[in-house]
Amino acid sequence: MTRHTLSVLVEDKPGVLTRVASLFARRAFNINSLAVGPTEVPGMSRMTVVVDADGELIEQITKQLNKLVNVIKIVELTPESSVQRDHILVKVRADAATRLQVTQAADLFRASVVDVSTESVVIEATGHPEKLTALLSVLEPFGIREIVQSGTLAVGRGSRSMSDRALRSA
Amino acid sequence: MSKGSPISPSLMAAKSAGAPKAPERVERPADAGVDTAAVSPVLGPNNVVPPTVMTGSQAIVRSLEELGVDDIFGLPGGAILPTYDPLMASRMNHILVRHEQGAGHAAQGYAMVTGRVGVCIATSGPGATNLVTAIMDAHMDSVPMVAITGQVASGVIGTDAFQEADIVGITMPITKHSFLVTDPNDIPHVMAEAFHLASTGRPGPVLVDVAKDAQQGQMTFSWPPKIDLPGYHPVLRGHNKQVREAARLIAAASKPVLYVGGGVVKAHASAELLELAELSGAPVVTTLMARGVFPDSHPQHVGMPGMHGTVSAVTALQQSDLLITLGARFDDRVTGVLKSFAPNAKVIHADIDPAEISKNRTADVPIVGSVKEIIPELSEALRALFAVSGTPDYTNWWAFLNNLKETYPLGWTEPDDGLSAPQRVIERIGALTGPEGVYVAGVGQHQMWASQFIKYERPHAWLNSGGAGTMGYAVPAAMGAKVGEPDRVVWAIDGDGCFQMTNQELATCAINKIPIKVAIINNSSLGMVRQWQTLFYEGRYSNTDLNTGHDTVRIPDFVKLADAYGCASFRCERDEDIDATIQKALEINDRPVVIDFVVSPNSMVWPMVPAGVSNDQIQVARNMTPEWEEED
Repeated sequence: MTRHTLSVLVEDKPGVLTRVASLFARRAFNINSLAVGPTEVPGMSRMTVVVDADGELIEQITKQLNKLVNVIKIVELTPESSVQRDHILVKVRADAATRLQVTQAADLFRASVVDVSTESVVIEATGHPEKLTALLSVLEPFGIREIVQSGTLAVGRGSRSMSDRALRSA
Repeated sequence: MSKGSPISPSLMAAKSAGAPKAPERVERPADAGVDTAAVSPVLGPNNVVPPTVMTGSQAIVRSLEELGVDDIFGLPGGAILPTYDPLMASRMNHILVRHEQGAGHAAQGYAMVTGRVGVCIATSGPGATNLVTAIMDAHMDSVPMVAITGQVASGVIGTDAFQEADIVGITMPITKHSFLVTDPNDIPHVMAEAFHLASTGRPGPVLVDVAKDAQQGQMTFSWPPKIDLPGYHPVLRGHNKQVREAARLIAAASKPVLYVGGGVVKAHASAELLELAELSGAPVVTTLMARGVFPDSHPQHVGMPGMHGTVSAVTALQQSDLLITLGARFDDRVTGVLKSFAPNAKVIHADIDPAEISKNRTADVPIVGSVKEIIPELSEALRALFAVSGTPDYTNWWAFLNNLKETYPLGWTEPDDGLSAPQRVIERIGALTGPEGVYVAGVGQHQMWASQFIKYERPHAWLNSGGAGTMGYAVPAAMGAKVGEPDRVVWAIDGDGCFQMTNQELATCAINKIPIKVAIINNSSLGMVRQWQTLFYEGRYSNTDLNTGHDTVRIPDFVKLADAYGCASFRCERDEDIDATIQKALEINDRPVVIDFVVSPNSMVWPMVPAGVSNDQIQVARNMTPEWEEED
């Protein structure tokens, strides 16, 4: 199984997220993560879907997604040709004795402390999923209370715009 | 600089072909394959209607009229009531069914014989959920259909209001697309989009769910509306290079087979198919959904493939070195165990739905597009090749196949219980009615026999529930077919089990003067299940006895039941009465006819490829496999 990152441009219509999610469920495709939000074009949203699939399956997934009437365009973003980022909020046990160690660890990952209490800190970090995994393993010994993580966001490198081209061809 | 590779259907297809990589990125053109310049995407005559104020419900009716709809099947209820009021004044013919499932299947039958979009209407909640089976059936068999449902007022959606069901959510995986309309001003363009989606590309069911307040509210109607579907661009024209590659493979093959599916019927491409078949000289198999698209009487027709296909058709595919797949989808009922299917064949796969290509069987030459356009292009390319290299010689291939055709023709053994053979009844119906009739089957043994023993010579003459396998399809679908083609004799060939699921539509038929003919192949049981119990469950007949046949309590008595519904009704229990009974039925055209053909419960459908084994294990009768010594 290879990991694939699909950028999916969709019409911003009610139910479009359900259609995509329902398609994955119905066809027994595995979603690793999914992030959705508005784009620079009014009426158009962009989903970043990370899936684990082999060659023929990823082809079938993109074809089935393309059949959804609200899906305008799909681009597969390879790790080399794109910037891919996850966002994470971690609540870590940290009292007076350990707080400095925890914040130093966060600094090493260019993560920031966004909340402090007597018992814990909340650390916010952004990065490639592997970097966040590394951060978590460093924080783990202090005691992790809560993790909240976003789906992967991805954008192609260079000056070209996916929605620009989609609009031109639509 | 790199931006990843865009994935469009046509490019995916080219990729999987192992075709040489295009140096530049292939963008989907603005209107790939769709000649939008010439043809408006809005169905109907595109009359210009200047802005007119009306209610949403009037707009629904007006939109249907402008889209060229003539016939609608439906049943009103609270949430669709506003729309039924202007419908009363419309020129359109609304047929009041007795159950919404009947409306759905009738719309399917109508669409299957006419090629036009079938329309059904139901109210919210249970009205809408009663359509679900028909919608799913239409989805599986790619039937163009628009289902209009009422929905509770937008203000109470989500509150579990009376008769509220999230029908858009429920049908999401079984529709081509769906709309929830809460603003009456959206009605004209949504209706036009629904009909456009249902009828173009790979046809399918589209649901339009209209909130009650959107039906009652005021709006400004104008026509034609603008269709705005930026994500919908069906590709019609096949890629040139792929077509030429396909022709090259055909010219080089020694055992090619034209594997023809329902897509060729939907594309109205039977004439094009005939030309290609005769030009190439290759054998043709027609799947359950394609029966009639190539004449059964044609010497190049080797039969229906699949679980109950002919030995010649199944073996042709198994032994083939090239499958020329046209509008078919490698369904498991055709392939048997997939990895053992046609093991030595290369695959050309032409389909309008890119997702069907390489879904089950990897295609060597994928061609995305309409077979209506691809087949003539393929013929053209072949003609050019043959002009240079000569017509290929399939003498050995035909000798092998003709031997199979002669050695293993379709047939049946007479039942040992003295009752009629169901196959004979069906064979006689086909023979006495002829190829101009329309034959609509339910699901089960009688369906297989109707596909085997009626001779189909033209497309749109054979209707059945292929992908879904919906028992109860026959009577309402036959009703819809008769409305669509009133001048044709329409037979519902039904089972005693199937018939009891939807026979209430006989009332609709009798009252609305829709004189269908129903042949109940009454073996007093759920016959196909019983056959499996005979073969695979040591004859333990768990819950398959229906007590409708010979020597039973006969509940219900089909003759009395049909009589109660105002139909002419007969019972036929002896071989010698079969022809006369069918003749009597053919002479009655002022009301529906129901014939209770009492037949043996012991007859089985043969040939058969048992589930879970290779098609090479085809049995022509119980535990009897063909002699294979002659192959190669």
